[in-house]
Amino acid sequence: MDNIAGQKSSLAWATHLSVLLLVLLWLIPTIGLFVSSFRDRDQISESGWWEAPFPVELTARGRTAAEATQEGDVFVVTGSIYDDPEAKSFFPDGGGEVVAFGTRGVNPTEFEAGTTVELGEGETLTVNADGTYEWRTPEDPGDRGQRIYFAAESPPSFTTENYEQVLTADNMDRAFINTLTVTIPATIIPILVAAFAAYALAWMEFPGRGILIAAVVGLLVVPLQLALVPMLNLHNRIGIGQSFMGIWFAHTAFGMPLAVYLLRNYMAGLPRDIIECARVDGATDFQLFLKIVLPLSLPALAAFSIFQFLWTWNDLLVAKVFLPSDDASKVMTVKIADDLLGSRGGDWGILATAAFVSIAVPLIVFFSMQRFLVRGLLAGSVK
Amino acid sequence: MPVILQGLITIIIGVGGCVGYFYLSNLILDRFIFPAKGENIGRNINRANAVRPWLFLFPAIFVLGLYLVYPVIGSFIRSLYGRNPDTFVGFDNYALLFAGGDFTTAFLNNMLWVLFVPSASTFIGLVVAQLTDQLSWGNIAKSLIFMPMAISFVGASLIWKFVYANDADIGLINAVRAFAGFENPIDVMQIPFWNNFFLMVILVWIQTGFAMVILSAALRGIPEETIEAAILDGANPFQIFFKIKVPQILPTIMVVWTTITVLVLKVFDIVYTMTGGNFGTEILPSYMMDFMFRDDGRATAIAFVIMIVVLPVMFWNIREARKEMR
Repeated sequence: MDNIAGQKSSLAWATHLSVLLLVLLWLIPTIGLFVSSFRDRDQISESGWWEAPFPVELTARGRTAAEATQEGDVFVVTGSIYDDPEAKSFFPDGGGEVVAFGTRGVNPTEFEAGTTVELGEGETLTVNADGTYEWRTPEDPGDRGQRIYFAAESPPSFTTENYEQVLTADNMDRAFINTLTVTIPATIIPILVAAFAAYALAWMEFPGRGILIAAVVGLLVVPLQLALVPMLNLHNRIGIGQSFMGIWFAHTAFGMPLAVYLLRNYMAGLPRDIIECARVDGATDFQLFLKIVLPLSLPALAAFSIFQFLWTWNDLLVAKVFLPSDDASKVMTVKIADDLLGSRGGDWGILATAAFVSIAVPLIVFFSMQRFLVRGLLAGSVK
Repeated sequence: MPVILQGLITIIIGVGGCVGYFYLSNLILDRFIFPAKGENIGRNINRANAVRPWLFLFPAIFVLGLYLVYPVIGSFIRSLYGRNPDTFVGFDNYALLFAGGDFTTAFLNNMLWVLFVPSASTFIGLVVAQLTDQLSWGNIAKSLIFMPMAISFVGASLIWKFVYANDADIGLINAVRAFAGFENPIDVMQIPFWNNFFLMVILVWIQTGFAMVILSAALRGIPEETIEAAILDGANPFQIFFKIKVPQILPTIMVVWTTITVLVLKVFDIVYTMTGGNFGTEILPSYMMDFMFRDDGRATAIAFVIMIVVLPVMFWNIREARKEMR
């Protein structure tokens, strides 16, 4: 269809460019999250993720050494600020060029590096760009060095520290397992139930079939908010309460309309000849379903499983209502939305990492099974 | 018992129970209730075949009825009672909603969402579908634009926090502003009215891929003769797109539109994680969650309002489905 007429070149370029622009626009936010999750926490707050490959100017503090040599009536302390363990801790990958320094926390970059400043009472301090300093004081410093604040360039640093912390210290490991525990039964159980119903709606003749199909289409759009209060109350009455058992039932039910609808559409499209032939050969409906229709519907089953998996993995609403809100049963979405965003609102490194941990599995599923997903989407909405 | 184990056992019981139920119920029907032998063999087979569909359908109907049909009635009844489930208050909950300011904000915002998100997603999706169809690397582009579909609303909100953050060293928007010479970073989440659109962009970002995939398939299904004829008649590419292609895929566009509309009315996650409903960004689903666990009467009343908003879409869907079946 592209080559029907001779209109190409300029329009083709515009197409390439605009699609490229759109793709970039769509990707940039995700890339930002990904890059941020590997950055050092101090660096995140100092420079944007788009500057990650470049050095960052960090403000740090340290103390000079205290061993002084006496020259006449002044005591001289020399050394490198990077020998101080406190200052060093700001630069795990080694410090770079010192840009400015100061002696007061309110103005840590008061003086340019390399200048000698008067601190009063005859004291002077020099801090050079390479981190070496000279402190001259008329009194013996004793065992206490001079406080130095300074700004230095820190080389770009990428760590997996955020991941280590998220996966070990923040209960995210627990949440990850909980998510998995919710997702797998909630994906598998609806399939078989829906498949039988879909077969009946597609290939069995009985009064009321049309109404039932219409009802399924109608139920597709019932907002599940309606179900929250009555079903939670029912769960409490029959003793399930807020538990994994409850959320499995809930997800099974909420996925059912889509499952029945999708599978029925697919099964109804199977060639009539095969099914009639098998009927003539004496196959019962049960055999027909198990041996012919079910194997032929595998693509639709796969499509629904992917949908249901993504939907249950990513769900926040159902998990908030049907699972208890203690740490032992929180799933990742609830953990991120309620805990991390609340208590660690400013810790961007941890937030980015937690988010990336939670979207990694769906992304893998998505990219490896995209073919089935697209086919399922099309079976559901295009005739 | 570790939950994982409990999960495994549930899978086994669930799947095994299903297979067992379907197998045994069929067996009992064929062997004992209406056996295909004896004097009434013909009548028995007919009767068994009349019952069988309902055996196949029963578990699905039971689950759907319990979790989706009963709650419509259950929620409505509960919404007639106050915070205490024993005090009947009639339509007071609804009256309270319509009297108060927050509900009006949530309702109007939600209407904004319903107008903006489906139209923006469908439009961008349509344009991308049309553009990528002509490119050699179109499939890669599609795959990347489709990707946000796999990301949870919570994850997406976090991703976009790195765009909107009130800090020129974290948020892209403020970085661009700083680059353009503006001094102070702004919190886009606190700009009255427009903050709603910044939230909607997140959902558009997620849903455009869905629209694109379906519309791209529809575009490919257009008979080539119609396009060839248009080209021969001297139509330019824009005329071909808007006057030949779009009218032919209009039914699919409507399907995409309604699907996204219904989704918009379910999503509370984005508002919940981004603003918590503050700064005038409340929408109905998030407003309902404010009352969940606190005042079931009010929560169910809001849920029922959402149901009423969805009803037209539901009727339209059913009508379309019935048209197709005929």
